[in-house]
Amino acid sequence: MTVLGITEHRRGDLRDVSFELATVGRELADATDSELHLAVVGGEVEAFADDLDREGVDVVHTVDEGEEFNHDVYVQAVEALHDDLDPDVLLMPHSVNGLDYAPAVASRLSLPFVTDAIGVHRDDGLAVTREMYGSKVETVVDVDADRVALTVRPGEWPPVEGTGDADVSAFEVDVDESQVRSTVTGFEEVGGGDVDITDADVLVSVGRGIEEEENLALIEALADTLGATLSSSRPIVDNGWLPKNRQVGQSGKVVTPEVYIAIGISGAVQHVAGMKGAETIVAINDDPSAPIYDLADYGIVDDLFDVVPALIEEFGGEPPEV
Amino acid sequence: MKILVTVAEVAEVEDDFEVDGLGIDERYLTYDLNEWDDYAVEAAVGIQEAGEDVEVVSVTVGPERADETIRMALAKGVDRAIRVWDDDLASTEYLDSTTKAEVLAAVAAEEEPDLVLTGVQSGDSAFGATGVSLAERIGFEWAAVVNHLDYEAGDDQASVRRELEGGVEELTDVETPAVLTIQTGINDPRYASLRGIRQAQSKEIAPKELADLGLDASATEGAVSLTELYEPETVSDATVYEGSSEETAGQLADLLRDKGVVEG
Repeated sequence: MTVLGITEHRRGDLRDVSFELATVGRELADATDSELHLAVVGGEVEAFADDLDREGVDVVHTVDEGEEFNHDVYVQAVEALHDDLDPDVLLMPHSVNGLDYAPAVASRLSLPFVTDAIGVHRDDGLAVTREMYGSKVETVVDVDADRVALTVRPGEWPPVEGTGDADVSAFEVDVDESQVRSTVTGFEEVGGGDVDITDADVLVSVGRGIEEEENLALIEALADTLGATLSSSRPIVDNGWLPKNRQVGQSGKVVTPEVYIAIGISGAVQHVAGMKGAETIVAINDDPSAPIYDLADYGIVDDLFDVVPALIEEFGGEPPEV
Repeated sequence: MKILVTVAEVAEVEDDFEVDGLGIDERYLTYDLNEWDDYAVEAAVGIQEAGEDVEVVSVTVGPERADETIRMALAKGVDRAIRVWDDDLASTEYLDSTTKAEVLAAVAAEEEPDLVLTGVQSGDSAFGATGVSLAERIGFEWAAVVNHLDYEAGDDQASVRRELEGGVEELTDVETPAVLTIQTGINDPRYASLRGIRQAQSKEIAPKELADLGLDASATEGAVSLTELYEPETVSDATVYEGSSEETAGQLADLLRDKGVVEG
């Protein structure tokens, strides 16, 4: 039997999720004494294959089609690989690009499909752990089928390490160009702006708990008092209250300050992906079960509108009326 | 032209709640329009307002309770709505993205839209798969996680930006008809006006059952089943400051002084 993982790259580099996917792939393969095959589609496939040749990887398939991700090509390539290898488990990343092709592959191949896996257990069948309701609960779903497609949440498994002795095999796909109906025309970095939050030693970061745009003045005052840089979670940017260059998270910036003060931030997985590398994390949130506390080093479970003014006053500042 | 926009009513869980078997006790749930779908509705209505002769139709897979949420979409400018539900769907323990996509595909086959807009994901089950799965089923092109849309009614192509990780956006041209999954932040969803809310009362919400769409109970049968639902174990080892707001602020101030963030 075979476990097949589809790796991901962007602008010349394999993304970390590729190596994490290899780890979960090996875990699944070991449970049934199967082989782990990885595939890389497009870009510098031979160089990528060298990098993917790590411990526990049996075969790396290279599909030399295109430079960058195109979901129409990926769907055809993965379908062809699946037809050829007949894997019992097909693994794809639960990344933005994974979301752009994995559902189509699963649908086309009529495979049972489970997304955003944070845990897997394989015995007689396959059990997949995933979250619901904004990470407030975990669920286990059982898959009763011989073949399955899964997407795997980035950052949940350690990347596979060590040098391997995988076979590298070029895989030819006869791409039907008439089915390529989207064209990637470029990439753009967003939110350069006046401030680079990735440079900051101290970040005061604000989330949905601030409730109203007018209340941001309070957090700005704290940042000024501390000589810190102001950043935010996604909803603040979505509301247009702060520019995109201030957004910390999966689709924003990854930051590693010495001190990260999360105010009114619940700690959704997309946000955590951007700030978990901070040296010291402080959370101020009135919900004691907020996921941010799983990560925080220090916490104040209280109303931010009471704590933040008091903190500003501690340093001789004058909190604005909000 | 016609735009079909998928609208889900999602459950939100209170901070404190109790698990009841494979679900959460109803006492701790509130229902609302899925956040991502709110942006999809706004995108659809925006295209309608900028063009001529554009009909916006919403489709929901959900029980009668969802009508309240659907009315909000109607109040924001959706012309009419379809809601699919029956005993087979009601008795489906795990309504996954495959089942939803199958039902929505049957609606799309009837409505023959030129463009379909969906939210990237639903706030409760968070599969993130329904839109692209739907596109594949109905033979439409697609783009996932769209945070900027350049499209005018009748265009044979949509230019989109897809929000990748790490502050990078991908610029992509997509042939229409297409399914676009809409990311939050793409626009500024309007509030329903009082006039809109009044008008919504007279707009149609057409109830449909699987049989009306040429489907039967087999559409709800899948190989994936929910077997456990539980609160995750908290793994926090944070030092939580205790006391009044002034006291906790004082303790945090001491920490920040110790860390050298602030002098004095």
